[in-house]
Amino acid sequence: MSRLPFYFIVGLLLLVGIVASVHRHLQFEIPWFPGEQRQVWEIEAVINFNAQNGPVQVDLALPSHQAGFRVLTENTASSGYGLAYQADELGRQAQWTIREAAGSQQLYYSVQMLVSPDSRAPIQTPPGIPAVTPWESPYDTAASQLIDRAWDRSANNATFARELILDINGERQGENARLLLTQMQPSALIVRLLNQAGVQAREVSGLLLEDGRRRQTLSSWIQVFDQTAEEWTLFNPATGEQGQPENLLLWETGGRAVLEVQGGTNSRVSFSMLTHYQPASAAVRNHYSDDTLLNFSIHSLPLEEQALFQTILLIPIGALVVVFLRVLVGVKTSGTFMPVLIALAFIQTTLLTGLIGFLLIVAVGLIIRNYLSYLNLLLVARVSAVIITVIAIISIFTVLAYRMGLSAGLTVTFFPMIILAWTIERMSILWEEEGPKQVLVQGGGSLLTAVLAFLAMNNPWVRHITFNFLGVQLILMAFILLLGNYTGYRLLELRRFKPITEDEKPS
Amino acid sequence: MSWLKNWTWPTRLRDKGIVGMNRRNIRYIGRYNARRLYPLVDDKLKTKLLAQQYGITTPELIGTVTTQFGVKHMSDMLDGHQGFVVKPAKGSGGKGILVIEKVENGLFYKPSGASLTMEDIERHVSNLLSGLYSLGGSPDVAVIETLINFDESLLEYTYEGVPDIRVIVFKGYPVMAMMRLSTAASDGKANLHQGAVGVGLNIATGAALRGVQFDRPCYSHPDTGHDLASLVVPQWETLLHLAAGCYEMTGLGYLGTDMVLDRKHGPMLLELNARPGLAIQMTNGEGLRRRLDLIERQPDNVPVAKRVAFAQHHFARKSELVDNPDTPSATA
Repeated sequence: MSRLPFYFIVGLLLLVGIVASVHRHLQFEIPWFPGEQRQVWEIEAVINFNAQNGPVQVDLALPSHQAGFRVLTENTASSGYGLAYQADELGRQAQWTIREAAGSQQLYYSVQMLVSPDSRAPIQTPPGIPAVTPWESPYDTAASQLIDRAWDRSANNATFARELILDINGERQGENARLLLTQMQPSALIVRLLNQAGVQAREVSGLLLEDGRRRQTLSSWIQVFDQTAEEWTLFNPATGEQGQPENLLLWETGGRAVLEVQGGTNSRVSFSMLTHYQPASAAVRNHYSDDTLLNFSIHSLPLEEQALFQTILLIPIGALVVVFLRVLVGVKTSGTFMPVLIALAFIQTTLLTGLIGFLLIVAVGLIIRNYLSYLNLLLVARVSAVIITVIAIISIFTVLAYRMGLSAGLTVTFFPMIILAWTIERMSILWEEEGPKQVLVQGGGSLLTAVLAFLAMNNPWVRHITFNFLGVQLILMAFILLLGNYTGYRLLELRRFKPITEDEKPS
Repeated sequence: MSWLKNWTWPTRLRDKGIVGMNRRNIRYIGRYNARRLYPLVDDKLKTKLLAQQYGITTPELIGTVTTQFGVKHMSDMLDGHQGFVVKPAKGSGGKGILVIEKVENGLFYKPSGASLTMEDIERHVSNLLSGLYSLGGSPDVAVIETLINFDESLLEYTYEGVPDIRVIVFKGYPVMAMMRLSTAASDGKANLHQGAVGVGLNIATGAALRGVQFDRPCYSHPDTGHDLASLVVPQWETLLHLAAGCYEMTGLGYLGTDMVLDRKHGPMLLELNARPGLAIQMTNGEGLRRRLDLIERQPDNVPVAKRVAFAQHHFARKSELVDNPDTPSATA
């Protein structure tokens, strides 16, 4: 049996992988290391609506240069639609038009925003106070009482806005506020009251940027014009906190609707986002070369799918760690690739929270599973019962963590529950048959593998390499094939077979 | 550097001819055991029926339970049997094996003396059917066999359980053998990692070479105190022929055969293993490598008797348990 074809395949994989990676490095100037780079957010907006067999006009507000961010490039995808970009003093808009459309429609808009802390907002003149529509009785008294109370406790526009927000949304929420909230949304109400008091304010829409999030919506924020500093300050309408969070991108600041659709129903817009690093030069130059075969890569996919792939492409790294630990070291794990799934959960939860959560869930699960074994159930029913138990444990921990103010505890929901249930089942059987020592050996082995896989998968350099160089996947494949061909001793076997070698020593 | 004391160098293991897990999986199991033949040995019921076809003695079958409904009718089947063994057909590593030594007043007694009711046995079988002990948790069949009345000459060497003899058969040649003696530490089970004593056996004669418990040399049985040096397996040649015959029966090139000695019927095949462990090297104090290399150079289609004679001639060794400890003689 010749091993030649095997080594040929491994060699080919290595060669293609290295060539593809080097090509990407040279052609696209993607560096081998994630350092000295600019962070770029790719944001994609998807507009969905049902057209009603007639002309359709869609207006979408677009983000502009602003404090902290600069627009690099923008693209749209909308087959058959006419497109025009418009800009006025209130902001930019994209307008799609079509003479006739029917059925479900999807329009795409994607934008690359460069994170640049030096970027300043363009100088904006305050829009002037819009004409205040008077309140009807009894709302007028409630409104003026709210304004008076906040006015008395404040020194300038900013503090007035803060006091007002706290009166309406905070713990101080009183009867007046509750009465007015039956008529309007909180942020719209706050803006109207500010305007009524002669303070220039407007409602803006912002997007909280988090890597790899999909199907996000815009959140509502309030801007108040500071007369003395001559600039807009941002307030969180829920907490009254002043200032713009670093990861908040202002999408619409003109006080207009984000999305307007004429000739369609059920319209909505949702956002996906992804961050990646580009070398400073490339980030500014930006290249989207034509779709050639060599550019055939997941980077040409819509952002939503790319975000998914960012995680998927890390799984081979986890698999490599498992193969390494099992074939070269000889670590025993419970369930071959269970540690990889646990490691994926750790990425969401962070390591410490993940470890504590995992141990808590498995420990409590084992106690309950121990009771289930007295009930003498059939296997499938018992494992199902364990699954429900795991869900119950996770729910209880989440609620407890939330009550105690530990927001980190909320992330335990990222654990794969069915895998956890099987882990508990297997550990429990192991405990009954081989005793607690084996449970510790295999459980510890699994956790060790999971932690090492997590450290490998969470490494910024590994994330950079796997996502940007698809050729690396072929190299990983070649390594795993080679490891699968290894007939030498495992590290732990050097210990296991030690007693045999001792006899040869002359005593 | 004291922790390094427990570790050795790969070169020393190679010099000793030790076969590691990876080598076993790729070179021997992967190359000589065709996947499609696995069900023959993974299902004990199939092995048993096949063995009957090939005239290889196995413990007598009392019956099988295949459905949860059948569990309720088990008591009729067990009626009149003084001792029996319940096994999962697809179990592994001795999991799920229930040994009943005697039945008195409707109570069933395990070798340890613990008593079980009919309900306990029904629950065990019910668990077994739903796949608790089977590989991968798939639904299983319970095989009920008569209890083995093991040979009295070996009685002193064991505590509670049945001592079984594992012979590794490579391409039909018996290459290495050991006996597993259950101890109090192993709870009557013959699993080495649970504390059973493993005794390497001389392929030529069936005499003990070396005893090992928890990977450490041992010279007498820890519970009965009986000297291991005097251990010789009776009817050794018949046993080797039986083991070697399993190659023709299954077609598996790298096979672990588990045998027992019955008082009346002599050597019997208990079960087969397509992935036999490597602990046998510890009990023999010798690696498998040289013996396997020698067998690989032998031609195919050699009759059983010739293969056994070849193995007995080439793999003979002197015991380490007798007074003058001797290094193993060269084997290749």
